[in-house]
Amino acid sequence: MTWIINLAGLLLMALIVWWFWLARREPGQRSEDGEFHIRVADGVYDPATLHARVGQPLTLWFHRQDPSPCAEQVIFQGLDVSAFLAVGEPTAVRLTPGQAGRYRFTCQMQMYQGTLIVD
Amino acid sequence: MSEHTFAIQGASCQGCAGKIRRALETVEGVEQVQVDLDTQRVTISGEANPDALQAALQESGYAADPPATATPSAHSSKAPAADASEQQLSISGATCASCVSSIEKALRHTPGVTDASMNLADRSARVQGSASLDSLIRAVENAGYGASAMHGDPQQHRQHQRQQQQAHYRQLLGHTALGIGVGGPLMAWGLLGGDMAVTDQSRWAWLAVGLVCLAVLLVAGRHFYISAWKAFRHHNANMDTLVALGTGAAWLYSMAVVLFPQTLPVSARHVYFEASAMIIGLINLGQALEVRARGKTSQAVERLLDLGAKTARVIRDGEEQDLPVEQVRTGDTLRIRPGEKVAVDGQVLEGDSQLDESMLTGEPMPVRKHSGDTLHAGTLNQSGTLLYRATAVGKDTALAQIVELVKKAQGSKPSIGRLADRISAVFVPTIMLIAVAAALLWYNLGPDPRLTHMLVVATSVLIIACPCALGLATPMSVMVGVGKAAEAGILIRDGEALQTSAKLDTIVLDKTGTITEGKPAVSGILCSDGQQEDSLLALAAGLEAGSEHPLAHAILDAARERSLTRARVTAFQAHNGLGVSARQGEQTLRLGNRRWLEEQGIAVNLDLSALTDAGATPLLLARDRQLLGAIGVADRIKPDSAEAIARLRQAGLKVVMITGDVAASAHAIARQAGVDEVMAEVLPADKADRVKALQAQGATVAMVGDGINDAPALAQADVGFAIGSGTDVAIESAGVTLMGGSLHGVADAIAISAATVRNIKQNLFGAFVYNSLGVPLAAGLLYPFTGALLSPVIAGAAMSLSSVTVVSNANRLRWFNARKSRGDTP
Repeated sequence: MTWIINLAGLLLMALIVWWFWLARREPGQRSEDGEFHIRVADGVYDPATLHARVGQPLTLWFHRQDPSPCAEQVIFQGLDVSAFLAVGEPTAVRLTPGQAGRYRFTCQMQMYQGTLIVD
Repeated sequence: MSEHTFAIQGASCQGCAGKIRRALETVEGVEQVQVDLDTQRVTISGEANPDALQAALQESGYAADPPATATPSAHSSKAPAADASEQQLSISGATCASCVSSIEKALRHTPGVTDASMNLADRSARVQGSASLDSLIRAVENAGYGASAMHGDPQQHRQHQRQQQQAHYRQLLGHTALGIGVGGPLMAWGLLGGDMAVTDQSRWAWLAVGLVCLAVLLVAGRHFYISAWKAFRHHNANMDTLVALGTGAAWLYSMAVVLFPQTLPVSARHVYFEASAMIIGLINLGQALEVRARGKTSQAVERLLDLGAKTARVIRDGEEQDLPVEQVRTGDTLRIRPGEKVAVDGQVLEGDSQLDESMLTGEPMPVRKHSGDTLHAGTLNQSGTLLYRATAVGKDTALAQIVELVKKAQGSKPSIGRLADRISAVFVPTIMLIAVAAALLWYNLGPDPRLTHMLVVATSVLIIACPCALGLATPMSVMVGVGKAAEAGILIRDGEALQTSAKLDTIVLDKTGTITEGKPAVSGILCSDGQQEDSLLALAAGLEAGSEHPLAHAILDAARERSLTRARVTAFQAHNGLGVSARQGEQTLRLGNRRWLEEQGIAVNLDLSALTDAGATPLLLARDRQLLGAIGVADRIKPDSAEAIARLRQAGLKVVMITGDVAASAHAIARQAGVDEVMAEVLPADKADRVKALQAQGATVAMVGDGINDAPALAQADVGFAIGSGTDVAIESAGVTLMGGSLHGVADAIAISAATVRNIKQNLFGAFVYNSLGVPLAAGLLYPFTGALLSPVIAGAAMSLSSVTVVSNANRLRWFNARKSRGDTP
């Protein structure tokens, strides 16, 4: 019994590390016209991974359905872009990434997490 | 002339707008094309054929599909963009072009609708006609989609958002009542000596309790579980994951005890249903309190938004009418009466009045406005009636730009919060690992009942850990601090400017326009033997008549005041930075600084100290090689500059004045102002170098200047303060823009920044200490000393209080008074 519980515990820890940090994420979405529609609900941005090209003008429509203040703001780390999202109405965030890279976009508390991959 | 408006789609930048403009301008009869990227509309004025316009738009590739309404206006060349009978709907469920056409069809068939068009890009529909909103929503719903009113009016929009927030708040309170209502009595039972262990007699009762608690979890905790699951599928973990895991583990363990008591040792047959229900209740309570507290953090922006007028009195075709402010167009003529708010930015055409601009500039004194002066939306007309022409409307007004700038700054983070950000990003999975590790430690090393201890420890660790407090520490304070500054007419561009402003040690003030009024006036005249003041001034006025220099204005004003006739001169020449020269008959007249005149071989045998000691700049006048006299031009120090400089020095800053003036007059002003150091005779181009030199000595330097001439120095400084810029918020070189002209604004900005950074530090410290103490405590660190573990319910209460504490601490900043801040700590 002891070794079963210990093994299960260690396995669980390994799974946590693998699932949250090492596993491959969803492939994400690419949009030729630079428009994305992102649902903001239940603790996640959907889609959470967006692909774009350098210099491509992007319009990200955030459809916030979660009325909790957590979802109130979206901040693009490293891009100096942020927006307050209205509940029940689409909010457009327009940006043109100038440099290739991975830019995280999150709520203020970083509970909502997404990545904009610019290549 | 008529106007046609077309919907466009896919135009996202000025490049697209340019293409659309060029495509439409090729159509015959087009006079003007206006592309509005935000509403995705293009308005064409002229006599062009609408079909030809539509064709050109199609060819440009930006036409909305299907082509949307063309609304020719028969009555007026300035048709409002949004007709009074136009309604906007937000559509859900539409995914493709065929959805668009069925929605449009449904809307067009609604009685009273004259036209309808839907934009798939932003899932919105515009409907013209007299149909009621309800009937339109019903029509869309009958077609199988969802619709709700879209609020074009920002105030209505905010009202709607507030209602949503209220509803959310009430829902959270309901969930709190349910969780605590069920968990509370159970907990009381346990605390009052009731048996929480499962026996053969109590098994069925506990099963019933377990099912009631499950119902509570599924109703009051539903959002935690859904969010946790969705985040999990995205390889993410958030606060909800912790709550869901903690309460889920407590409930599952308890249910296992009820269903299979024999598999567990007797000492471990303890149920924790009350913990699961209480935790859900407490965390809902914490969120409800947070909603309340957070509403206050954005009050500054709300207040700015409230400044906007709802209606405007527009004069069109000779008739005055009150129109919603959204319908005012650039170029419209408007009337404003005493006591009314200015509706849009404009320029006064007629009238004379006092306006209260304090809401934008922070300056309490009313400003007098007459023909040619600019008016700003949101300011209050006090005394007279004005007629003005709209120069900027909607989001182009200074007020709207200020709101945008403040919102943007509120969303930016100073680097002080970066560590917390890095931790937040990996926080939840780390806590999960700690919870499992702690449980294993208790299982292997702890006393009996080991299984119960495992559960209690794991649940408490999961529940007590609060990523919110850590994540909110910086942004909440920035939001309140930046908002607070905006209310005082101080626009802080971003979190970094805020953080740097808090740790400045040297402040460089430009003299002209910053310490002084920036409006020089003649302060004294010295005459050589045999010369008269008036004739000197008349000659000087003749020389300066063609000059744009501020000193020239001073001389011309003085000559006008004395009703002197300007001397007639020819061959005027301006010598940049030195003076001016001209000819009168055969003689050469020169007016300029001492060095230049001496270089020209003119002996300066006047004692100028009478002028320079009073802070005046002497302008010497000579005819050929003979000195006629000197005119002292002085710029008055602003009435509150000395007091504000004293405040800056009291705050521990070294105050340096920088100017192009000669040392003597610079020192005179410096004495009045009370600065620590003077840099005189610095050419405008060298100011940035002087700032750089100070930085090289290790100083953290702020430069305060006018944002135009001083732009390079502002950009070079660690923080640039653009002062007295009025409502021109577009000063890129400045980290801080002061809309008022008083130097108190600089001291206020520094005080608010320091208070905000202090507040951030308190929050970060609190959040770090809370988590780094709370998690080990929950893991059972104190057990060897106290013999007890932390109850998961207490962990839940602590967690829900921690983020409220952070938000409330940030809210304390709202009461910070910069002018009374000496020595205070908020």
